[in-house]
Amino acid sequence: MIAPAERLSIRLTVNGRVIEREIAARRSLADFLREDLGLTGTHVGCEHGVCGACTVLVDGESARSCLLFAVQLDGATVTTIEGLTPPEGLSPIQQAFCAAHAMQCGFCTPGMIVATTELLRTNPAPSPGEIREALGGNLCMCTGYVNIVRAVAQAAAALRGGAGESS
Amino acid sequence: MKPAPFRYARPKNLADAVEILASADHDVKILAGGQSLVPMLNLRLVRPAVLIDLNGVPGLDHITPGADGGLSIGALTRHAALADSAPVIERAPLVAEAARHIGHPAIRHRGTLGGSLAHADPAAELPAALVALGAELVLHGPRGARTIQAPEFFRGLMTTALPPDEILIEIRVPPQGPGWGFAEVVRRAGDFALAGVVALVGRPPGSSERCDSARLVGFGVGDRPVRFAAAEEILTGQGGDPGAAVARAASAAAEACDPPDDVHASAEYRRHLAAVLTEEAVRQALTRLDGARPA
Repeated sequence: MIAPAERLSIRLTVNGRVIEREIAARRSLADFLREDLGLTGTHVGCEHGVCGACTVLVDGESARSCLLFAVQLDGATVTTIEGLTPPEGLSPIQQAFCAAHAMQCGFCTPGMIVATTELLRTNPAPSPGEIREALGGNLCMCTGYVNIVRAVAQAAAALRGGAGESS
Repeated sequence: MKPAPFRYARPKNLADAVEILASADHDVKILAGGQSLVPMLNLRLVRPAVLIDLNGVPGLDHITPGADGGLSIGALTRHAALADSAPVIERAPLVAEAARHIGHPAIRHRGTLGGSLAHADPAAELPAALVALGAELVLHGPRGARTIQAPEFFRGLMTTALPPDEILIEIRVPPQGPGWGFAEVVRRAGDFALAGVVALVGRPPGSSERCDSARLVGFGVGDRPVRFAAAEEILTGQGGDPGAAVARAASAAAEACDPPDDVHASAEYRRHLAAVLTEEAVRQALTRLDGARPA
């Protein structure tokens, strides 16, 4: 039997880098990324799974990093907004968010881009309704949703090789 | 850090999980998908000494078609898997539909069937669907495995018949007929429902008359999934106009509710919704029985 412990060692892959750390069991993945690894692109909003600002990809699927403990991620692969950003410049999704002015304060933007990455991977040509549904778990407290939906449609068009939609 | 300190274990098999559970002196929580438990930990509404993470136990996320036309589903099956699984869509479409209505993609990737049942939020979709289907829950503990019927499992507000030394490991869903409906009202897609109703109705083949079976269960309208027994009897009873029976059943459903009265909606409004949604769910079910798709 494994005895329950207050501190544990984990080994996981974050944005392609293998990380080994000993951490407290109660450390959330969000705090682990920000405080221990310095990856502050993952934003912490509500810290109880409502706002979506802390969304990351865990083994390729979106998850709220405030609702996971880092100790649960032993052996997992985590991708954050830093891992979705090219070494130089911006990704097509990030470019579309800039071009469509899909951010006001920008606090929700990393979570929005992670959720958009997942959506466009499975649905390259989403309708506005499908975009709204896929991003339904990401709150923009500035209420800038119209431009966010436009940005996702433009990013989808760009990734499909189109010239972009001006909708 | 948000939660109070706890000790954590990730057992690699069920026997170890049960042993840790027994040794933790009841001050313990089981972690499955964590989409309800972790918010409660972060808000310090619960402060267990020990957290047992079931995600390291293999074999708890299976979806297995049974010879009887039903399914057995591992308790760690994610909502996203339920919603997308071909055997679930084919054999228990009500369960797939209920799963599609839970939260958002990031929540459905992590949240589990067993977690939803054990958490027993009265506004949750899956408990109502499984009560309507007459599912059987498999609990595993120091004395081995035993089963309990879904309606007996839910005892009240976030209260179940799961004793502190047992773990919910599997859900057995009997074969589902073609006459099913699902209707809920939410403020925003992904929210917990203000109220919802699931319906399962049967009718002899080729008949356009009375239903010979009906199962109606409401959620968000009481302290647990609420069976609308009087409404079911109206649907299956003899005499009168079958069309009018649906409206009468809807009224009976509203009378069976004891809904919460809170900031989200008044009890009176929820009772009204129970009637409207019963009618909607039954009409969907009757439409499907006729071989058509509900509008």
